[in-house]
Amino acid sequence: MTRPLLEVRNLCKRFDGLSANEDVSFNVEPSEIVGLIGPNGAGKTTLFNCIAGFYAPSAGSIAFDGETIFRLTPEGAARRGIARTFQIVRTFSSMTALDNVLVGSLLRHKSIGAAQRRAEETLAFVGLSARVQTPAGAMTVAEQKRLEVARALAIEPRLLLLDEVMAGLNLAEIREATELVLRIRDRGIACIIVEHVMEAIMPIAHRIVVLDAGRKIAEGTPDAVAREPAVIAAYLGD
Amino acid sequence: MPAAAKRLALALVLALALGLPWLTANSSHLNFAILVLMLAQAGVAWNILGGYAGQVSLGHAAFYGVGAYTSTKLLMVWGVSPWFGMLAGAVVAVAFALVIGIPCFRLKGHYFAMATIAIGEILQILVTNQEWLGGAVGLQLPLGHEGWSSFVFNRSKVPYYYIILGLLLLSLGVSFAIERSFLGYYFRAIKDEPDAARSLGIDLTRYKLIAITASSFLTAAGGTFYAQKELFIDTGSTMATSLSIKIALVAILGGVGSLAGPLVGAVILTAIEETTRAMFGGTGRGTDLIVYALLIIVIAVFYPTGVVGWWRDFERRWFGAIPPANASRASVDR
Repeated sequence: MTRPLLEVRNLCKRFDGLSANEDVSFNVEPSEIVGLIGPNGAGKTTLFNCIAGFYAPSAGSIAFDGETIFRLTPEGAARRGIARTFQIVRTFSSMTALDNVLVGSLLRHKSIGAAQRRAEETLAFVGLSARVQTPAGAMTVAEQKRLEVARALAIEPRLLLLDEVMAGLNLAEIREATELVLRIRDRGIACIIVEHVMEAIMPIAHRIVVLDAGRKIAEGTPDAVAREPAVIAAYLGD
Repeated sequence: MPAAAKRLALALVLALALGLPWLTANSSHLNFAILVLMLAQAGVAWNILGGYAGQVSLGHAAFYGVGAYTSTKLLMVWGVSPWFGMLAGAVVAVAFALVIGIPCFRLKGHYFAMATIAIGEILQILVTNQEWLGGAVGLQLPLGHEGWSSFVFNRSKVPYYYIILGLLLLSLGVSFAIERSFLGYYFRAIKDEPDAARSLGIDLTRYKLIAITASSFLTAAGGTFYAQKELFIDTGSTMATSLSIKIALVAILGGVGSLAGPLVGAVILTAIEETTRAMFGGTGRGTDLIVYALLIIVIAVFYPTGVVGWWRDFERRWFGAIPPANASRASVDR
């Protein structure tokens, strides 16, 4: 059996006594798509921020590629191969789409020319070739979310954290986005997807982790999780 | 404007700058030009940190003063050449910048600006109370032999003009190199969205320290030039917060994060300053401060991208859509 790409062990995150994550454990295998779902305030984004190095866990540990990481910083996570998008888009709005992605590809390619070629390829991969010279601030939200995915891919990650990339998209855009996630997986990149749009995540995820009030209440295949009484109770508010 | 026309305009400006001392025999015109270049050079240096990297410093006079005082003391005590003193002052300023940068760069936006005001004020008070640094009286530089080796010119201001022009071109060259390298991309990313920059592997503190290193080095070199030109320094003229604001204003007025911004700002600001001085009397009466305040309000309300931003919009309207080569973001408060 191959070792997991990411191991989250008994992770806790508290803010001034408020517990956002309590004893959460799960694994992500290479090239796996894991859905992270749960009602509002379940602690999904907090968990995300811990894995991406934005928050220091209060207790528990995170191991990436078999190595336990202490004092993980966002830039350290990026260098190790953990990329992320943001729930509320944070593109570099004064820069063109190309330059946004170029900032990412500079991590692995120090020459501007090489980084620019990589950035162009990545924009083509996410379907933004026509928008290369458009300032990010002038793009639609759907396009900016796609741009964030391209920028994250530009650091050549092995794990991609997608934070509600489908929220606010119409049906056609959701279909495009799910198709993009599958193509990213085909490149050998594992994905953790935080999503509210259940219809989008259920068909593509290999495994679903359900959080409620900071705790993991269920884990399994999408079908199994959807039948779990605890999950139904959490969503319907028993 | 087409690229060829732009290159021609650039060549004309450069030719004009190089030939200016032959075009005017009037020493007050030349003095005005020197003032413009001094302010522009400080603005260009400030712009590396405040414009490109978006870390708005209102304490840059501290670096200016460190440059002026270091070279002056070295000259007075050990007779060290001001040329070497300029380098030494710049190195001391960088050391100082790194010491204050490490804690201050943890602060965001307005808090960083406020911390830099405090540091500038503290340094000014400290130096004003040091007898060996001339205290409140200031330091009179020794009147050595006139010439290039002593960096003193009494009969003609023309050498000063070329020295500050050279320093300005050097500062512009550093800015240009940064703008074109990966540093330029990283600085703008840090300015736009620091958290997103971190998620792409950019160590914020490291790159802010690189920005402040270049910025403080060049600012301090300008401080030494000031000392050699005036042959007298005190804390009021080289370390005051009003000078810090003026340096920042030059870049903000012209357009932050653009090469030409501080040049345009320096011409406008010096012209306004000299006019108000002629109309309302000498400095120290606060009229210049009133003008700065008015300018800040006007820019903040009507044109946050400054004169260069306004010109780019104008260009786009008249010469068709040109993709912004290095579009500068409207806000400077990140």
